Amino acid sequence: MASLSEFLISALLVISGIFGFVGSFGLIKLRDSMSRLHAPTKATTVGVGAVLIASMIHAAAFEDYPSFHELLITLFLVLTAPVTAFFIAKVHIHRHETPQSMPQPGEDRVWATHDTDEGEQIGGDKEGKAGADREGDREGDRPGTP
Amino acid sequence: MRFLQRLFPHPLLTGLLTLIWLLLVNRWSLNSLLFGFFLGIVIPVVTNPYWPSRPTLKRPMKIAEYLVIALWDILVANVVVARLVLFRRAQDLQPHWISIPLELRRPEAITALAATITLTPGTVSADLSAKGHYLLVHCLHAPDPDSVVEEIKSRYERRLLEIFE
Repeated sequence: MASLSEFLISALLVISGIFGFVGSFGLIKLRDSMSRLHAPTKATTVGVGAVLIASMIHAAAFEDYPSFHELLITLFLVLTAPVTAFFIAKVHIHRHETPQSMPQPGEDRVWATHDTDEGEQIGGDKEGKAGADREGDREGDRPGTP
Repeated sequence: MRFLQRLFPHPLLTGLLTLIWLLLVNRWSLNSLLFGFFLGIVIPVVTNPYWPSRPTLKRPMKIAEYLVIALWDILVANVVVARLVLFRRAQDLQPHWISIPLELRRPEAITALAATITLTPGTVSADLSAKGHYLLVHCLHAPDPDSVVEEIKSRYERRLLEIFE
């Protein structure tokens, strides 16, 4: 039994090492910043996940009591990792993209990052209510609002 | 009955907070269960004014199904993207912006969709359109962008629609 769990733990650690390596390697190899953003998503999902499962198996097999802290780490990672990626993507769009270089968002005409007062002057005709509109967006579209 | 509803405006949230407290303590005892339950009652009531019209999740089985499918897709996509990174030359990759027309309207549902897309390797959600009707996604390697849109809509968005709206 002990040898089986030892085997499982080492296998999971090797897997996480491989994916951690691939994630870091991707950071060097990929060429533009948006592509590089893809690399860490691998490290945070399978890379960290495998370590955490290994830790839970280790606690269950060799410690006095089972440990479930690791589930919380997974939960918090799942909640926070997309936010970081989203912010980095927004900075990239803000600094390196123009409304013309992006796919068109249909009737909305402009992506939220470009929905600044500056952007309004370039392409918009909703003078004056830009601030109110953005306030509404932050609240999100509740059902019932057009 | 009304009193019970006032005490537990969101039973699922109460259960989740109790569970998180138990996980934080990591030693399961009646004491921590009771205190976790106390927090599970107090926190939803205190935060209620700051988060009006919370979604009520009515189909727990659908949520479980969604989580299993997302987890499986994350595992598969990890292997696919690892092979792309290791064995493809960087100039052969075709990164692509795609824009997904959203049927979801609830901010919580759109957040869940965007988070799932980001956690799946190979796609990162980057922006929402000005009115929140389109989601901008960056693909690491997408020779056929339309099929990616189709897959995300049929696999994730359809299920989230069933869960949230």
